[in-house]
Amino acid sequence: MSSKSYKSLSDDIWKNRVDKINSEVFTLTYGSIVAQLCRDFTYAEVNTQLEKMGYNIGLRLVEEFFAKTGLGRCTSFKDTSEVISKIGFKMFLNITPTVTNWSGDGKQFSLILDDNPLTDFVELPEDNNAANELWYSNVLCGVLRGCLEMVQLDCDVYFVSDVLRGDPITEMRLKLNKFLKDEVPAGEE
Amino acid sequence: MIMIYSLYILNRAGGLIYQKDFNKGLKKITTNDYLILSGILHGVHAIASNISPPSAIPSTIYNNPSFTNTNKSGLKSIETDFFKMFIFQSLTGIKFVLITSNNPISKEPENINTSNPDSFSSSDISINRNINETESILRKIYALYSDYVMKNPFYSLEMPIRCDLFDLKLTDLIKSFSQP
Repeated sequence: MSSKSYKSLSDDIWKNRVDKINSEVFTLTYGSIVAQLCRDFTYAEVNTQLEKMGYNIGLRLVEEFFAKTGLGRCTSFKDTSEVISKIGFKMFLNITPTVTNWSGDGKQFSLILDDNPLTDFVELPEDNNAANELWYSNVLCGVLRGCLEMVQLDCDVYFVSDVLRGDPITEMRLKLNKFLKDEVPAGEE
Repeated sequence: MIMIYSLYILNRAGGLIYQKDFNKGLKKITTNDYLILSGILHGVHAIASNISPPSAIPSTIYNNPSFTNTNKSGLKSIETDFFKMFIFQSLTGIKFVLITSNNPISKEPENINTSNPDSFSSSDISINRNINETESILRKIYALYSDYVMKNPFYSLEMPIRCDLFDLKLTDLIKSFSQP
């Protein structure tokens, strides 16, 4: 499928097939979870916890993704990157991050989030540690890792920079470790 | 109009995680036998995918845009005089097994077949038509599964499905299909 048809598919899904909630409810709910975690744990631990929560969401969310999109297996990791940005992010968050910074071997790329609905109204705490240690939107990394694992793609997903920390852009990095060929369900060809 | 007798859902390892009959007259077997049955189906499906010749595997037979059946080379259907069984598989490896009545639609081309030497292809067509019909049902079942099972925070993955809401919605869905 071309990237144009991905766009029209995701527009259709966004308009007609997904339930939406008020974005402030969403942002504030996520904010209060992160704030509570920050009270309970160190920032490093908060990152881990958020990633874990995201991972568990991803394992489940992937089924809805397939139920609503009807997509089949991607033909390449390039294809996967397009689907993540143009369909995945679009249908769940109504944003379309830019895919860029491909590594030479085609196994790593970055997603630039121009707009991040999780971080409306957010300012990190004044103490220096927060700006150096906390990845506020780390839940997204977990979600992606969980989803990709369910389609037998073993990936590392992490934030490289975040405008919340004062960086110029918000950048997520995806690194494909391995395509788990042996775990592909039988019957797929 | 086909009648839906039962639905089985199998996890990635071939374990039965859901079984429901939608028709009162059906004979029950013991829980253990249901488990054995689904284990056998899972195994036969995998073996079939290993022995099917590459040339026989269709690249895209069913291009229903809203449900991707990734079951291309495995066991797809079983047809008997009394029922039909269809096996669908999601990209994540969950199998949905649907047991339906022997659709009267399939009788028509078969009757024509007696005078038609090319009988093989027309019975293929009839089974494909059934697959398309069941696929549209499956699409809705899969959507219910992704909503009422996967989004239930207290459901543990790969474990038997005990979600009342899913049961309820599923029964409604099947009812809507069996009433013309």
